[in-house]
Amino acid sequence: MTASLEMLETSAPAIEGRSPFLLAFRRLRRDKVAMVSLVVIVLIVLMAVFAPLFATITGHPPNEQYRDIGLTPDGLPRGPNGTFWLGTDDLGRDVLVRIAYGARVSLLVGVAATAITVAVGIVLGLAAGFLGGVVDTILARLIDVVLSVPFLLVAIALVSVTGPSLSITVLVIGFFSWASVARIVRGQVLSLREREFVEAARSLGAGDTRIMFVDVLPNVLAPVIVYTTLLIPVVIVTQATLSFLGLGLPPPTADWGGMISASQNYYTTAWWFILFPGLALLITTLAFNLFGDGVRDAFDPRADRLR
Amino acid sequence: MTEALTQPVTQPVTQPLLRVRDVRKEFPTHGREVVRAVDGVSLEVRKGETLGLVGETGCGKSTLARCIAHLYDVTSGSVEFDGTELTGLSRRAMRPLRREIQMIFQDPYGSLNPRRRVGSIIGDPFAIHGISAGAERKRKVQDLMEVVGLNPEHYNRFPAEFSGGQRQRIGVARALALRPKLVICDEPVSALDVSIQAQIINLLADLQKEFDLTYVFISHDLSVVRHVSDRIAVMYLGKLVEVAPTEELFQQTRHPYTRALLSALPVADPDTADSREQIILAGDIPSATNPPQGCRFHTRCPKARATCAAAEPGLDPVLDDGPAHRTACFFPLTIGEDLSTAVPDLKAS
Ligand SMILES: Nc1ncnc2c1ncn2[C@@H]1O[C@H](COP(=O)(O)OP(=O)(O)O)[C@@H](O)[C@H]1O
Ligand code: SF4
Ligand SMILES: [Mg+2]
Repeated sequence: MTASLEMLETSAPAIEGRSPFLLAFRRLRRDKVAMVSLVVIVLIVLMAVFAPLFATITGHPPNEQYRDIGLTPDGLPRGPNGTFWLGTDDLGRDVLVRIAYGARVSLLVGVAATAITVAVGIVLGLAAGFLGGVVDTILARLIDVVLSVPFLLVAIALVSVTGPSLSITVLVIGFFSWASVARIVRGQVLSLREREFVEAARSLGAGDTRIMFVDVLPNVLAPVIVYTTLLIPVVIVTQATLSFLGLGLPPPTADWGGMISASQNYYTTAWWFILFPGLALLITTLAFNLFGDGVRDAFDPRADRLR
Repeated sequence: MTEALTQPVTQPVTQPLLRVRDVRKEFPTHGREVVRAVDGVSLEVRKGETLGLVGETGCGKSTLARCIAHLYDVTSGSVEFDGTELTGLSRRAMRPLRREIQMIFQDPYGSLNPRRRVGSIIGDPFAIHGISAGAERKRKVQDLMEVVGLNPEHYNRFPAEFSGGQRQRIGVARALALRPKLVICDEPVSALDVSIQAQIINLLADLQKEFDLTYVFISHDLSVVRHVSDRIAVMYLGKLVEVAPTEELFQQTRHPYTRALLSALPVADPDTADSREQIILAGDIPSATNPPQGCRFHTRCPKARATCAAAEPGLDPVLDDGPAHRTACFFPLTIGEDLSTAVPDLKAS
C-alpha cells in the first residue's frame, strides 16, 4: 500500500517539461569543480568591473608612473610592499591596479570576439549545412581556407598596416575563429536536415528560414554552447599573445599580455612583475577551461562515464 | 467506410480527391545510374475513402507518399489534388495547399523535434500559417491533445517524456491541426508495439469519421492495411501490380505477388480458399537501380513465362473483373488456383 502510494507520488506528473537544457544545468550545478571555477570567473569579472576601486583604494591610477617611489635608485621595479601590494613595473606603475584594468581588456576581448565568432559561425554553418548546393560549396571552401591560413602571420601583417587597437584585435580574432564554429554547426546540420522532423515541418508549409532557426538551431545549440565556453579562454590567450608580440593595445593601456611582454627583461631581478600578470592569465584561462569541461560533461553525460 | 464499396464503381459520383497519373521519381546515385523509386504509378483516391498502399520495404511507398505531399518534385507525371495540379507548383503557391494535405510519419521518434515542447510542436501548423497565437493557440492545441487522447496538461513536456504510442498521437494531432482533407499515413503503426498498434488504428478510424478525412494508408503489413482500407493497392519495385476493393483483393486475388503476400499472413483466414498454402518467393527483391525487363516480378514469380520477361503487362482489369479491380499480369490467377505448385518456365517456346 505504502509502496504504491510512494510510486504514485514519484510518478506524479512533472507537468513542467524537463528541457534538455534544464537537465544539463542541474547536472552542472552538482559539478563541484565547475562551480568553484564559476566563482573564480565571477571574482575576475568583479575585479574587471570594479577596477577603478583598486585605483581608489591604493591611490594609484593605472597609468601613473611613480618614478620616485615606484622605482629603485637604479631605475628597477620595486617588489611588493605596503604601498605597492604586488610591486611595480618597469615604469614605476602599480602592478595590482594594472592587473585589475587588464582584466577588463581580457574579458572584453574574450566575450566580444567569442560572440562575433559564434554568431557568424552559427549563421554561416546553418546556411552551408542546410541550404547545401552552391552555398555550401562556397562556404565549405571558405571555411577550409580560413582554417588553413597561418593566423599569427596574417594578424601581424594586418595589425602592422592598421595599427593596434581594441576593435582590430576583436575583429582579427573573430575573423579567424568563426570557421571552426561554422564547421561544427555545418556538420551537425548536415545530419539534422535529413531527420524526419525537418520533413514534417516542410509538410506543414514551413520555409527554409523558419526551419533553420526554429527546428534545426535548437538542436545544434548544445555543442555550440560547449564550444563557446571552451573558446573564451583560447581567445583570451590569443589576445594576450597578440599583445605580447606588440600587436595588442597601444600603450599605456594596461593588459596582461603587454605586461608579460614588458616584464621579459626583468625576470631575474623583478619576479613579481612577470609572476602576477602571468598568474592572472593562468587562473582566468584555467577557470574558463574547467568550467567549460563541466558544461561539456553536463550536456553529454556519457563523456563522464567514458573517462 | 463501406460507402465507397457500395457505390457503383463504374460511375464515380464525384471527381476523385486525389488523382495520380504516371508518376515517376528517380534519385541520382553516386554513379551515373538512377534509383527508380517510383516508376509510373497511377491511382485515384475518392473523398472519404481509405486507400491502402502495401508492399515490401523499399518498393517505393514512402517516395510515392512524398511525391503526393509535394515534398519531392516528381521526375515526371502528374499529381492532381482536388482539381489542382500540384506538380510544378512553387513553394509559395503550394503553401495554402499544405493545409489540406498532411502526413503522419512512420518514426514517432524521428518525426518530432527533440528540442521543442509538445505544445509548440502541435502548435506549429497554426504558427506557420499565421492562424492563431498566444492563448488562443494554446487552447486549440490543448483541444487537439484531448481529441487524440493526450493529457492537455502535458503541453509543456518534451517528446522524450512520452512513449512511442503517445508520440504517434502527437504526430496525429499535428497532422489534424489544420483540418486537412487528405492525410497520408506512412506506416503510422509500424514502429509501435503490436498492443499499441490497434489503439492508434482505432484512433485514426474514429478521427476519419469525426473529421471526414480521406486516408492514404501505407504499410508493409497487409493485415494492418486490410483492417482499415476500402481499397488496396499493391506495390512492387516502384509499380502497382494490383488494385482492388479490399475484400475482392482477398477473395479474388489475381496477381501472384499479392497471393504471395497473402500467404505470408500469420492468421489463416477461412474465407480465403488457399489460406494455408505457403508461397516462398525465390530470390531477393531486385535493385530499383536496375529493375528486371518485362514484368518486374518475373525473376521471382512462380508462374513466369517467356512472355513475362519480354513484355510489360499493363494495369488493367483481367478475366471477368470489373473496372475497379486492375491487375498487371499476363497470367492472372483464377479463383482457387494453386500457386504453390506452379513452376516458372522462362524458356522461349
Ligand atoms: N532520398 C533518396 N535518395 C536515394 N534513394 C532513395 C531515397 N529515398 C528512397 N530511395 C530509394 O528508393 C527506393 C524506395 O524507397 P522508399 O520509398 O523509402 O520505400 P518504402 O517506403 O516502400 O520502404 C529504395 O530503393 C530506396 O533506397
Ligand atoms: S506477368 Fe508473368 S511474371 Fe509477371 S506476375 Fe504475371 S505471371 Fe508472374
Ligand atoms: Mg517507407
